[in-house]
Amino acid sequence: MTEPSSKTDTVKIRIRDLRKSFGPKVVLDGVNVDIVPAESLVVIGGSGTGKSVLLKHIIGLLRPDSGTVVVDGTAVETLGNREITEFRRKFGMAFQEGALFDSMTIWQNVAFPLQRLTKMSRGEIDDRVEECLGMVRLEGVSEKLPSQLSGGMRRRVGFARAVAHQPEILLFDEPTTGLDPITTALIDEVILDLSDRLKTTTITITHDMESAFRIGDRIAMLNRGKIIAEAPPEEFKRLDDPRVQQFIHGRAEGPLSEETPARGPSDSRDDLGEKTGESGIPSRS
Amino acid sequence: MPGPLAGFFEQMGRFIQMMGRVFAWTPRPPYDWRELFRQMVKVGVNSTPVVLLTAMFTGMVLALQTFSVLSRFNAESFVGSLVALSMVRELSSVLSGLIVAGRAGSAMGAELGTMRVTEQIDALEVMATDPVHYLVVPRVWATTIMLPLLVALGNGVGIFGGYLVSVVLMGANPVSYVNRTFQFMQLNDLLSGLVKAAVFGFLLAVIGCQQGFYTTGGAEGVGRSTTAAVVVASIAILISDFFLTRLLF
Repeated sequence: MTEPSSKTDTVKIRIRDLRKSFGPKVVLDGVNVDIVPAESLVVIGGSGTGKSVLLKHIIGLLRPDSGTVVVDGTAVETLGNREITEFRRKFGMAFQEGALFDSMTIWQNVAFPLQRLTKMSRGEIDDRVEECLGMVRLEGVSEKLPSQLSGGMRRRVGFARAVAHQPEILLFDEPTTGLDPITTALIDEVILDLSDRLKTTTITITHDMESAFRIGDRIAMLNRGKIIAEAPPEEFKRLDDPRVQQFIHGRAEGPLSEETPARGPSDSRDDLGEKTGESGIPSRS
Repeated sequence: MPGPLAGFFEQMGRFIQMMGRVFAWTPRPPYDWRELFRQMVKVGVNSTPVVLLTAMFTGMVLALQTFSVLSRFNAESFVGSLVALSMVRELSSVLSGLIVAGRAGSAMGAELGTMRVTEQIDALEVMATDPVHYLVVPRVWATTIMLPLLVALGNGVGIFGGYLVSVVLMGANPVSYVNRTFQFMQLNDLLSGLVKAAVFGFLLAVIGCQQGFYTTGGAEGVGRSTTAAVVVASIAILISDFFLTRLLF
């Protein structure tokens, strides 16, 4: 168990002893992590290790069984329905499959947070939508429906939508999975630029180690519902935890492969593979 | 607690919670009139042909049946009254409710269910938009407004269907048939049917949305929610019909 390594006084997001189970399945088993302002934290870990569940706790989509998530001094789990709506204004989140509203055009999708969360005029919104779509190299698709785009394009629109209203905190749920290497590099650059230039705090979930080392100020590895390692990229590469080494080098054999498979029905609201996925985590460590 | 019973109470709890959230969010701005209108078109206008077709044939078959029964008492002249009262007080609202549950309620279950499993509902929440306010409120009120209107149309068409069968097929006197039709009808008969329709509309929309909203389990789950939206709403309509009728007459 590693302690949060932040040495700064100001902590943007503080997660303490966060626990969450879905039915008999323990997904988060005491997660501790601190994130400082303008930091880019990358969370890695195998499928079904609760990475998405962790993100959803930070933004208050899921409530912890116990433990706490404190953002800017506010404990998320104590917020009522109305307060949480206000609270979420400081966040942008990109979902795994994009989660675009399929009854709306691309323009309407990206404009949605601007209309809902800002006081921008129609003209300003137009400009910002174009700018955000340009950022992910998507031009001339504004009038299309999500179903007319490829999966990778939808993901990029989801990314543009997440950053559109210039939130203080960005949560990315596998922003580059399934994208070609060039687009991946592009998205990585945008993420880097956001945290450098706009001092945005970002938390990115990814499987892509190359991408993780590129964008992360710090990398944390989640395994069996706990953060098992946490370090800046260069240091992280040299950690001698065999689980970390197995993951970094993508080896089929190793301590991570010996885990007990999930038991009990998957019973979460989220049903998109990864969060509730195959390798559930009957926790014992 | 045994499974089915626990399931029943869970559904009941969710239904009441959803109803509460709809009432709580309805008065709050922003008011999405465009979405309300869009849903009214979707639920109301698009259901009109099938509702009218049903009403027409129900009126026609009612005339056939009551004619055959009443003629045994030499009371054929009351066919008009019976058809009209049955349509207005009972059949038009219940049948339209069941049809709209099958058409629009199921669509709500499927649409919201898909939005749930593809994280679109989460995305709404993340963008500081309450999904009940944004998705459920317009659907519920659109259905509550449109179902009585459909039923009013159905009343007219059903009565006309009965008239056609009686006059053309059974050779009834057109003038006295029309007189009989309205002779015993009171405003209360008409209103109670429309009130029932509004309640059915509300119920089927809340149930359809609730089923979709709490979908789990991917594509299969969406299928389950869609089915449940129709089955639960139909049962709710039939049961509440009894109690409403008891209450309103």
